Amino acid sequence: MTHRIVEALVERFETAEHEVSHGQDVVHVPRDVWLEFATAARETGFEVCVDVTAVDWLRSRPDRYQVVACLLSMEHELRIRMITTLPREEPVLDSLVSLYPGTNYPEREVYDMFGITFAGHPDLTRILMPDDWEGHPLRKDFGVGGVPVQFKESHQVS
Amino acid sequence: MGDEKTTEEIDVWVAGTEAPQFSPTDEGSQEISRDESDYRLREQLGSVVDDDYEFDDEFGEDDERMILNMGPQHPSTHGVLRLQIELEGELIRRTKPIIGYLHTGMEKTAEQLTFAQGPTNVTRMDYLAPFHNELAFSLAVERLLDIEVPPRAAVIRVLMTELNRVSSHLVALATNGMDIGALSIMTYGFREREFILDFFEKTTGLRMNHNYIRPGGVAADLPPGWKDDVGGLLRYLPPKLDDYDDMLQANPIWESRTRGVGVITADEAIAYGITGPALRATGVGWDLRKAFPYSGIEDYEFDVPVGTHGDTYDRYRVRVDEIHQSLRIVEQAMDAMPKGDFRIGDRKITPPPRARIDESMEALIHHFKLFTEGFKVPRGETYVAVESPRGELGCYLISNGEARPYRMHTRAPSFNNLQALPIAMADSMMADTIATIASMDPVMGDVDR
Repeated sequence: MTHRIVEALVERFETAEHEVSHGQDVVHVPRDVWLEFATAARETGFEVCVDVTAVDWLRSRPDRYQVVACLLSMEHELRIRMITTLPREEPVLDSLVSLYPGTNYPEREVYDMFGITFAGHPDLTRILMPDDWEGHPLRKDFGVGGVPVQFKESHQVS
Repeated sequence: MGDEKTTEEIDVWVAGTEAPQFSPTDEGSQEISRDESDYRLREQLGSVVDDDYEFDDEFGEDDERMILNMGPQHPSTHGVLRLQIELEGELIRRTKPIIGYLHTGMEKTAEQLTFAQGPTNVTRMDYLAPFHNELAFSLAVERLLDIEVPPRAAVIRVLMTELNRVSSHLVALATNGMDIGALSIMTYGFREREFILDFFEKTTGLRMNHNYIRPGGVAADLPPGWKDDVGGLLRYLPPKLDDYDDMLQANPIWESRTRGVGVITADEAIAYGITGPALRATGVGWDLRKAFPYSGIEDYEFDVPVGTHGDTYDRYRVRVDEIHQSLRIVEQAMDAMPKGDFRIGDRKITPPPRARIDESMEALIHHFKLFTEGFKVPRGETYVAVESPRGELGCYLISNGEARPYRMHTRAPSFNNLQALPIAMADSMMADTIATIASMDPVMGDVDR
């Protein structure tokens, strides 16, 4: 059963679609209202952004990337998941750092792993991979293996 | 004969590849170049010291700020954590944690492994709390499969995860003590943890990286005599914890090294997504076991310890209190342990008992299919979180209807909690750095995955 707080929140946005996935509230938010929706959610009482992550659907969906943010309300003991899709050509999304400072590292991780850019992020640099790394490892077209081992004496391991 | 010198050239490269474009001593050579000047030679040998090193940075001449690079190979930063610290004298002005040195792409690996193999992978993330990783993953898979584990499996899970919380907090206590200089508490903490790990080894076969909690239940039943072992731990640990309280609580050195050090306020903790003992130390009584219970943990009686100041001392105190609460849960789980199966009977998900394989062709087929292909999980996505010793450990799982996850993401508590370090350390003394890092208890395997 959907909590009235979630219902009221979703009703404020015409373009947002609510869905229940295995008993959890999921809201599909178009990317142009991503930040706006998060702002409204924060005002409603979702004071923590637990996590930001992404999925690469490659060719199986019209929009290649999907960004997922999990919000949490400690007061109401509620969770919602915001999901938006981004096209292959221009994977840019508004950053949530101004609202939730804690999304700093997770957004950097998404940038590092998927190459999705967050507009307004204060320090969008690679976080887990080396700075000079080429490619984004969690993209589905980034192969497993075939990475040259970075010692001079060794040959390429595939 | 004696005048002739035989020279041997040694080249290292792998047969079948191109000849290398470098000499063997190309990099890291310690030899002194012969054609250097005499002065340069003496300088390199250390007999002349030239320290006219001009510090040239953005702050200009008057500013006394310097950047200190700490780690990644530093004995006190708990693994391969690197910090760039901007110092003004002894005061830390800014800190930047640099991570990724232990990144092994486990989320990518998870996409190559079946759901049945998944726990082997995730258990290596937070290596001090392997059961919690396995539990988060297994709960996510079970939610997608829409199955419930038998009551005995749920209670075993609670028993093991809570014991794991105790062992993890003991390490946090030990390393916190070690970093401050209280070496006795280090040896004690690791010693007590070893008794718990002995029980884990007896049950799962391994001290760490157990792969014990699996989708559909647990891998094996508790060993014969487990009640004596757990009962022994319950009798052994509390008096020892009281001893450590005696040792640390009234200890002026411990107090002055931890009180008011590395303070985080409740607002900061919530804004930065800090969870676990670091959040509770600020006075926010948030515990996923109470708010979003899993594995029937709502049936157990326990309290959520909270601190007041959010400093290193409160974080230490919250952890010690949590050990007591976890032992309470363990005691209740031990008494409440129901009889029955330790995994679900669906042979499409859990393997048949070993004896059945000899007598039943069907069992043999199930076993073979399970360990070669794994089991298929219906299409869907879910996020499941458990309260690990470091905070909210979440597993975001997407299945495409196949035997392997399409995407598996772990919300690592250490990764998010590390964002609090620059706040906790701003305008504090350099000497408190280590105490603050230790009290945040980051596990680098969890941070970098």
